[in-house]
Amino acid sequence: MGKTFKTIDEAVIRFAGDSGDGMQLTGGRFTETTAIVGNDLSTLPDFPAEIRAPAGSLAGVSAFQIRFSSKDIHTPGHRPDVLVSMNPAALKVHQKEIIPGGTIIANTDAFTKKNLNFAGYENNPIEDGTLDDYFTVIPIEMNKMVKAACEGIDLSPKLVARTKNLFALGVLFYMYDRPLDATEKWLRKKFKGKDAIIEANTKALNAGYNYGDTTELFTTRYKVEKAVLPKGTYRNINGNYATSLGLLAASERSGLDIFYGGYPITPASDILHTLASWKHFGVQTFQAEDEIAGIMSIIGASFAGKLGVTATSGPGIALKGEAMGLAVITELPMVIINVQRGGPSTGLPTKTEQSDLNQAFYGRNGEAPMPIIAPSTPGDCFLAAYEACKIAIKYMTPVFYLSDGYLANGSEPWKIPQIKDLDPIEVKFSDKPNEGDSFLPYKRDDKTLSRPWALPGTPGLEHRLGGIEKEENTGHVNYDPDNHHRMTELRKEKIARVASDIGKTKIYGDSKGDLLILGWGGTYGACRSSAETLREENYKVSHVQLRWINPFPSDLKSILSNFKNVLIPEINMGQLIKLIRSEFLVDAKGLNLVRGKPIGAPVITEKVKEILG
Amino acid sequence: MEQTNTIQFTKKNLESDQAVRWCPGCGDYAILSQTQKTMPDFGRKKEEFAFISGIGCSSRFPYYMNTYGFHSIHGRAPAIASGVKIANPDLSVWVVTGDGDGLSIGGNHFMHALRRNMDLNIMMFNNRIYGLTKGQYSPTSKVGHVTKATPNGSIDIPLNPPLLALGAQATFVARTIDRWQKHLSEMMTRSYNHDGGSIIEVYQNCNIFNDGAFEEYTGKEKFDNVIELKNNEPMLFARGTKGIKMDGSNPVVVDMEKHSVDEILIHDETNLNQALIVANWTSHPVLPEPIGVLYCIDKPTYNQEMVNQIENARKVRGKRSVQDLLNVGDTWTVS
Ligand code: SF4
Repeated sequence: MGKTFKTIDEAVIRFAGDSGDGMQLTGGRFTETTAIVGNDLSTLPDFPAEIRAPAGSLAGVSAFQIRFSSKDIHTPGHRPDVLVSMNPAALKVHQKEIIPGGTIIANTDAFTKKNLNFAGYENNPIEDGTLDDYFTVIPIEMNKMVKAACEGIDLSPKLVARTKNLFALGVLFYMYDRPLDATEKWLRKKFKGKDAIIEANTKALNAGYNYGDTTELFTTRYKVEKAVLPKGTYRNINGNYATSLGLLAASERSGLDIFYGGYPITPASDILHTLASWKHFGVQTFQAEDEIAGIMSIIGASFAGKLGVTATSGPGIALKGEAMGLAVITELPMVIINVQRGGPSTGLPTKTEQSDLNQAFYGRNGEAPMPIIAPSTPGDCFLAAYEACKIAIKYMTPVFYLSDGYLANGSEPWKIPQIKDLDPIEVKFSDKPNEGDSFLPYKRDDKTLSRPWALPGTPGLEHRLGGIEKEENTGHVNYDPDNHHRMTELRKEKIARVASDIGKTKIYGDSKGDLLILGWGGTYGACRSSAETLREENYKVSHVQLRWINPFPSDLKSILSNFKNVLIPEINMGQLIKLIRSEFLVDAKGLNLVRGKPIGAPVITEKVKEILG
Repeated sequence: MEQTNTIQFTKKNLESDQAVRWCPGCGDYAILSQTQKTMPDFGRKKEEFAFISGIGCSSRFPYYMNTYGFHSIHGRAPAIASGVKIANPDLSVWVVTGDGDGLSIGGNHFMHALRRNMDLNIMMFNNRIYGLTKGQYSPTSKVGHVTKATPNGSIDIPLNPPLLALGAQATFVARTIDRWQKHLSEMMTRSYNHDGGSIIEVYQNCNIFNDGAFEEYTGKEKFDNVIELKNNEPMLFARGTKGIKMDGSNPVVVDMEKHSVDEILIHDETNLNQALIVANWTSHPVLPEPIGVLYCIDKPTYNQEMVNQIENARKVRGKRSVQDLLNVGDTWTVS
């Protein structure tokens, strides 16, 4: 056919269309196939701000970006090489981000006068030549194509038109030389029993692929070779699923069944959905009447001996504040998950942000410290959730788990761990008095300062827990000033001791240098990529990503002292930076962007160069 | 109830080592003492009871019971108790709450625990006042009630707890009075034996901030003002001198000297329509105050359905390891 193959290291593709166009599904299928092909990859779904925005409107645009590579990559990429634009609104929203010289594949059947007006275009940008200087535009009449492809299938025209996303997917599979069979298999499973739908989608997919093959529009096809990843078996995983799996693994290793109590909220609900499907693992899920009941139910379940878990987002955490204090004072183990989104108030429910760190630290009345862990990547959510459970049980404390919308929905290849190799989680329920003939529910372990866990139903250990200050050891109600001070200190010291369970901090780069990029949570990929770039350019830059934020790792102080500058990029107005400055008296500098999106590596790189002059 | 011969403990064993700190003369003492007297007769092990409360005078209750207990935060006891019951359905879980705790700040949890038919025994001490915070009006205070927060009288319309409970589809609704000790004990026993969510409203005198609120039902005239509901028996009161008869859809009080007992409404605990009618006699100017079991039916409980679903999932999908779960689906190997 005269087509040439060009081998490239990596590509960034963005699928964008109306929320009804199936862009997340299309992106998901491209991702799955790309994973099977063996590239490293990273994805960024970008959900519309409004679920029921009018069709064709700017607010209703849904997008999915994937970056895939033959190298080890850490971020979903910044600007797409290829934009698949299913309607004018999608083009309007995303056009400015396409790399100069990039490609736009547009479904011209959706570029009607009405849709163009809706998106704010006076002329049709596909036809008026305004894009031609910068981009390669490939117009395709996708509705017409799928109609022809599906001729003879007994399906309404509306349902036939819906298969156009599979057509677009087929085109992209052709461009990047990917096989169709995994998607075909998936269609057969997903639409089992609906033969006409399977057939139509399969035909649309193949039609897209063949269209690429037979038309002259594509002169070049691209090859992205397999990435050299460490040996092992991999799967593609997103953060919310990895979190759920981490909890389940902790349940299996500890022998405690999970009790999940929560209330639906974006972007945390998928954790509830996933856990609810694991009843055969003994998981109990309780969709409570509100956020408060969600956490209260897990406090009750933990009292009765379960592994209590709740997941929500910032607004839900605000509602749970008083109950979290109760969990702190009653010293019961549980994991409280916040999948952060844009705030304040309802804010940007579908967009990512890191602005709840202060809330995690301080969002309770009184002195109510809790360990805080923040996973770094979608795959890391597995281990972070596992560790959160381990620490909760070992120290008899609620643990705060700070994920975010980007980690929750973003995905990456993940090397499947061996459950048996994970740190064991030991559970000791009290079964006899611990002080002569009596049982003291607040008598502490010397090393961890944790208190005993005695379950209702155990003879002889009857005791009362509650939110009023406890007398040391006995746990009786006590208003004595010295006792209150002592108990406050003990609760603080207990959390500080968690530091002994946090391993040595991993430094990427040298342990001394001109600048340390210090990130936390979901900015890992951007910070790491930036450090890699800068080091290639011979900058003396290193990177540390904090996972445990409370307590800080014990070696953090000395690490910080070995760098002339510390830069803290955060998707908030500077929350970790205040903690670092006040805790370590370090003159750290911030990079703060709250755009509802991950911070891009190039922005960090630029900032580092600015600081280092 | 059936008296079992396996009493494991006595009232004495149920008294905790904590000094009881209600005001002298508070109705809560009588309820506590009656609870401790009644529980040994249930024939269940002491360690299998859990008492959960919120905040308020009544919510101090768990501290005085030598059982497992949890004094939680304001209004949230039914939510904690739901967690306890689902986590361990073998426990007998009791919620102690008040009118402010249960109906105001905790109204949502109260309603949902009942509609789920979670097998909890909820005892709501209704004193129609906020005691712990020193005397503000509550969601059951009467219109016109003068308190520090309502110097010109309350303009809030009070809630009718049994009616609310029935509206929430509770499967067991009862009312009793602190001073009616034997009756209180009977209601607790009935609640204990009911497999499902139960609510007992207990009229409780707060002698400091709302003394005499229930004087009509505990004083000399009590038999004229209270009707004790008994299943399948005609609704007679005032020592049998008065009865309730239906006049169309309206209940009326009739003089038994002029009417035969055949005309009198028969109490049927399983009849929701009738329970709704009876619940509406609450604080009624003419009709007597109903106490006893207003409504009691059997329905599957949330906690048992949860057990069933998990057992069923295990049967259908088999017991699997997490490693199996990790290994399924689209995986690829790098060698
Ligand atoms: S304030 Fe009222 S309800 Fe509270 S303890 Fe005193 S008498 Fe009892």
